[in-house]
Amino acid sequence: MLIGHQPKEFLLAVEALTVSFDGFKAVNNLSFYVEENEIRVIIGPNGAGKTTVLDLICGKTKATSGSIQFRGKELTKLKENEIVQTGVGRKFQTPSVFEDLTVFENLEISYPRGRSVFGSLTFQRDSAVKQRVEEVAEMIFLKDRLDTYADQLSHGQKQWLEIGMLLIQDPDLLMLDEPVAGMSVSERAKTAELLKRIIKDRSVLVIEHDMKFVEDIAHKVTVLHQGQILSEGTMEKVKNDPKVIEVYLGH
Amino acid sequence: MIINSRFFNRSELIGFIALAAILFVILPLSLDAFRLNLVAKYLTYAFVAIGLVLCWGYGGILSLGQGVFFGLGGYCMAMFLKLEASSVENTKIQSTPGIPDFMDWNQITSLPLFWQPFHSLTFTIAAIILVPGLFALIIGTAMFKRRVGGTYFAIITQAVAAILTILIVGQQGYTGGINGMTDLRTLKGWDIRPDHAKVILYFVEVVLLFGCIGIAQLIRLTKLGRILVAMREQEDRVRFSGYSVANFKIFAFCMAAVFAAIGGAMFALNVGFMSPSFVGIVPSIEMVIYTAVGGRMSIFGAVWGSLLVNFAKTSLSESFPQLWLFGLGALFIAVVLAFPNGLSGIWSDYVQPRIDRLLASRKSKPGSAWADNSVADGAPAE
Repeated sequence: MLIGHQPKEFLLAVEALTVSFDGFKAVNNLSFYVEENEIRVIIGPNGAGKTTVLDLICGKTKATSGSIQFRGKELTKLKENEIVQTGVGRKFQTPSVFEDLTVFENLEISYPRGRSVFGSLTFQRDSAVKQRVEEVAEMIFLKDRLDTYADQLSHGQKQWLEIGMLLIQDPDLLMLDEPVAGMSVSERAKTAELLKRIIKDRSVLVIEHDMKFVEDIAHKVTVLHQGQILSEGTMEKVKNDPKVIEVYLGH
Repeated sequence: MIINSRFFNRSELIGFIALAAILFVILPLSLDAFRLNLVAKYLTYAFVAIGLVLCWGYGGILSLGQGVFFGLGGYCMAMFLKLEASSVENTKIQSTPGIPDFMDWNQITSLPLFWQPFHSLTFTIAAIILVPGLFALIIGTAMFKRRVGGTYFAIITQAVAAILTILIVGQQGYTGGINGMTDLRTLKGWDIRPDHAKVILYFVEVVLLFGCIGIAQLIRLTKLGRILVAMREQEDRVRFSGYSVANFKIFAFCMAAVFAAIGGAMFALNVGFMSPSFVGIVPSIEMVIYTAVGGRMSIFGAVWGSLLVNFAKTSLSESFPQLWLFGLGALFIAVVLAFPNGLSGIWSDYVQPRIDRLLASRKSKPGSAWADNSVADGAPAE
């Protein structure tokens, strides 16, 4: 591993990251690096610590030890909203959208302006906001649903809305936790197409089980097992790794 | 301005006009001064209820300690009035003239330091806003920054209410103890006790109430209002959209505290005394019930809830003093279980659609407007 000498071009550098819950190490001495514009997929069996890694990066879970550097900034010391402001966006596994608000309002809240108390009091819905919201709504197939309350949307549409909310944040690092889980076949195809479009010009960290999807998009794959890296590299390399076959793909 | 859409939508505008007509015209014309003063007393709780709509209905922060802020506002006002009522001339029979009577009874011989600035009305008005506001800021910061929320927060606010009551009762010499501050007489030399003064105070209060309604509506319509709703549902999503959830909760809690304090100050003026029985756990819970009955998502509903529950309280507790508390409890349970959006929910779910249908059918078939079947198969609203 590369501990100690960390070339500058890495967008995200996770080093010796450990988190333990009452002695159980969900993530154990984990190190990996994500470059600019890289699409990295994390796979692994249930309980491997995949979601926990995303939780640690976005600040939802505090690390026991180790460091997470994003553009040279130490994320483990920042609060969740500060991490978002440095340019890290996170989509959760279950769609988390604001059901009592309309699609427009959901997207507007994610628009990166007026995030302080005073800023949100004086926030104006000007043409720049409207234009951006409409642009994103078109991308996520919800252009004609702008005035619909989010609780009226289907599961797949909620997933798209949440992806749209991240998109409007315009993060440099986008983290997606099982973005196509629970979708119908046609929704899945549309989502894959959507994701392919939005992952341009930014780095993406994806957790996904759908191997075809992974093969489609991944530049590099990291296989996690019991909180540690089992294998890392191209899909081709990982697929043929006997350790991976044993714990994961072989099942 | 910061308003994105119209200030009131159509049904809110109707609600606003109806409330304004009733409070400014109908009640003052139809009630005698005594009854009008009762309404003024009920309306002081409406300030608290409006604050709870923002904080609880919108932000999802249930505070069971709003009596604390109502009390702080009320005591600030009462301290000013009490000092004015305790002039050397009025209190010359005391062993120390010029200090409030209860201090004299408790062998205090000089006015305590924290009482001194309450000689000034300007200071008092500032204190009515700032003391509860700062106190809410401290509690809010201590709780929300540590992510204490939900039931735990509600319990802590209850504890604060209990502590403040005990403190006020225990420090009799400084606060008037269990009796509170009574015998408040004049405001800058203007006697607040006669009927015509009560009527003027009633109108002052209603104007302030509409001011608070306006501020609450303004907040509701900004992005901050939508963030409060968003936070109530998906706190994490708000956090991971780049907002500091704690700061927004603190803001909502402080606004609710300031509204409650204005209500408390008006209570001291209208009712003429202030006591710890409006500070503790029971009144705090009652204030939540007013909000729940009126509808916790509705600013106007909060006013109606305060008026109606208090009206029922006055009339029923006169005839069935033992049963009243059970009735209030039953009312709360019934509202929470059957009508979670309270009276305003009943209005918007059952009454408003009928009115809309009626209007729509009138518009489409002028002439046969009041025929029953035209309501039943009424044309859809345009």
